[in-house]
Amino acid sequence: MKKIEIITRPHIVEDVKQALTAMGVLGMTVTQVKGFGRQRGHTEIYRGAEYQVDFVPKVKIEVVIDDERVAAVLDAVTKAARTGQVGDGKIFVMPVDDIVRIRTGETGHDAI
Amino acid sequence: MIQAGDTAFILICAALVLLMTPGLALFYGGMVRRKNVLGTLMQSFIMISLVTIEWVYLGYSMSFGPDVSGIIGDLSWAGLAGVGAAPNPDYAPTIPHAVFMIYQCMFAVITPALITGAFAERVRFSSFVVFSVAWAVLVYNPVCHWVWGNGGFLKAMGVLDFAGGIVVHLTCGAAALASVMVIGPRKDHGRRQFFPHSLPMTLLGTGLLWFGWFGFNAGSALAADGVAGSAFVATHLGGMAGMAMWTVVEWFYQGKPTTLGAASGAVAGLATITPAAGFVTANSAVLIGLTAGFCCYWAVVLKSKLHFDDSLDVVGIHGLGGVIGTLMAGLLATKGVNPNGADGLFYGNAAQLGVQALGIAIVGVYAFAVSYVVLKLVNAFMGLRVSPDNEGIGLDVAEHNEAAYSE
Repeated sequence: MKKIEIITRPHIVEDVKQALTAMGVLGMTVTQVKGFGRQRGHTEIYRGAEYQVDFVPKVKIEVVIDDERVAAVLDAVTKAARTGQVGDGKIFVMPVDDIVRIRTGETGHDAI
Repeated sequence: MIQAGDTAFILICAALVLLMTPGLALFYGGMVRRKNVLGTLMQSFIMISLVTIEWVYLGYSMSFGPDVSGIIGDLSWAGLAGVGAAPNPDYAPTIPHAVFMIYQCMFAVITPALITGAFAERVRFSSFVVFSVAWAVLVYNPVCHWVWGNGGFLKAMGVLDFAGGIVVHLTCGAAALASVMVIGPRKDHGRRQFFPHSLPMTLLGTGLLWFGWFGFNAGSALAADGVAGSAFVATHLGGMAGMAMWTVVEWFYQGKPTTLGAASGAVAGLATITPAAGFVTANSAVLIGLTAGFCCYWAVVLKSKLHFDDSLDVVGIHGLGGVIGTLMAGLLATKGVNPNGADGLFYGNAAQLGVQALGIAIVGVYAFAVSYVVLKLVNAFMGLRVSPDNEGIGLDVAEHNEAAYSE
């Protein structure tokens, strides 16, 4: 099992959600986060003075899926979230040792 | 003899000028951080109460009462004694004396509120209240008498100040400069960036200020006549030109036209046209507004480079605007617009420019020096600043036990 962590633009969340649910991903967690990548943030101007904004608003979408679906999910998310502009975000893939569904006590694949 | 039209007009103008103070509160309130918005709004709002009571029992008589040596009015009108329905021919022969008094009251209210932009986000409310009352008594009232009071020495010298370039904008700009020097910069100034928390609020405030400014300037004709109409037009043209110029300059140098720039340019233009509003032609008003937009933009940029923490740019916009407008009245005033005014340099009267400059120098030095001393005294006895902890928490909770926005 793998956890897919997608950091992307806030206004892209609905597109990513639709792409994931269309391919049968059953649940996800969305968090509002702030951060910056290699390009840093952006510049704002107040009364002619420039201010550097490093931490820009992003969302973090987390899903857990079976190993064999990873490639398809990455492909779907990339298509849905790509604008081609700086700031599209990143996807992290990490191993998941086990899962427990709290309500039933099911574990592993059955708990996804 | 009382004229119904004039009276109705000045009553409405008084209401318009009152509206400028809540407008200013929103203008400033949007530019501070969210934890200080109520504290900032309160510093303007409380003036409506505080200065009005000072005005009724002290200020009006000191400013406009019977002259003592050209320096100050005596206190025979304190408590509004004799200020009733009958007109005072020295100031406005066609409106009730009480109407003139309440109109002038609104100017006295907004002027100390303007200063608060300089020390926003870091001053104790109690010390601020004491400073503001002392400032109204020791700076606003005497300067108002000198420039506008019957017998005032600057008025006798022929200084032109139609609606408050010297009395309002220069005095508050000088006090702002003194307060920045005495109070010092905000915690973390230069290390962290302070972003405005709500520019829509600032733009709403700008709109209310602009609306009220018609009462401020046109009403200063003290009659619904041709001079009032001319001042109304000049006011609008000054604001529009200030907005246009600031936007163009910022667009050129920063790459994008900003809403805060447009609002700042408008206020700079409106402040700058104020002393000249009833004395200049439409074309001159446009020129004054353009000059204001250009100069005030660079003054604010210079402040950033000097790391001077005049939080909301009172010196660069109101102080400098008051100076430029007063000087330009000395260049562009013409009796063709206002027979009771004077001609400026461009209309053959070079001496007027010198008189204007002298007025600026005297009032500028006086307002700065007295403000500085009052601030030092208040600081010594009460402490001007909130504690570093409370500055971190923000004025809203620390000084008022309120929060503007729930989580």
